[in-house]
Amino acid sequence: MKVKVLYLASLREQLGKPGEDLEIAPAVSTVAGLRTLLMARGGAWQTALAQGKALRVAVNQEMAQPTTSVKPGDEVAFFPPVTGG
Amino acid sequence: MPVRIQTKDFDAGVEIAALRRDNPKTGAVASFIGVCRDGNGGDANDGTVVTKMTLEHYPGMTEKALEKIVAEAKTRWDVMEVLVVHRVGELKPADQIVLVVVTGAHRGEAFAACEFIMDYLKTRAPFWKKEETPQGARWVEARASDDEAAQRWEPPKSSAA
Repeated sequence: MKVKVLYLASLREQLGKPGEDLEIAPAVSTVAGLRTLLMARGGAWQTALAQGKALRVAVNQEMAQPTTSVKPGDEVAFFPPVTGG
Repeated sequence: MPVRIQTKDFDAGVEIAALRRDNPKTGAVASFIGVCRDGNGGDANDGTVVTKMTLEHYPGMTEKALEKIVAEAKTRWDVMEVLVVHRVGELKPADQIVLVVVTGAHRGEAFAACEFIMDYLKTRAPFWKKEETPQGARWVEARASDDEAAQRWEPPKSSAA
């Protein structure tokens, strides 16, 4: 299935791209699954997305949890804790 | 729209007047303005001087997140009108960053709703600050104190609060 993935703020700089369209196996059905898949790329991916790193994820522009499901056509954004205001 | 994201500066007086619209039921107007400081980003007060700041956001989600916070404030407190203006792009020390205005019949509800909106904005709205310093650029780290400030509003206040 196809999903749109975004990397924002410091994460975009660490990963070297603002986002990408990804074709992923339907078995990768959660936020945690997608994170694991991306970490498997190694290098900066493994470091920036490592478990224990303060990371937030939004699915279709709503804050998500590791267990939140990812469906075809979803927009999944990875970003650091927010610092506005 | 109670929520605006913009690069240009805002005039709190103009915004407040537009929000009040001389409504004779309004007895209180609470407002907050967040301003860009020249240092002390993140938890480390290391004395580094910040010369410039860039505010980035997640277009689309930002508006939704802020609207959700405003809606939540309106269910928790008896307030009338709410406005949130947040700037993005390049800012310098002393520049205004964010404006929150809440109108209501009485000050208690307006003050509380205004503070709640800021606390939730700081922890839930997708904005990120990057500071320029003489030592180079750095992303501002989230503060634990902001999480604590937001947590005190949970669970929703009881009627006795």
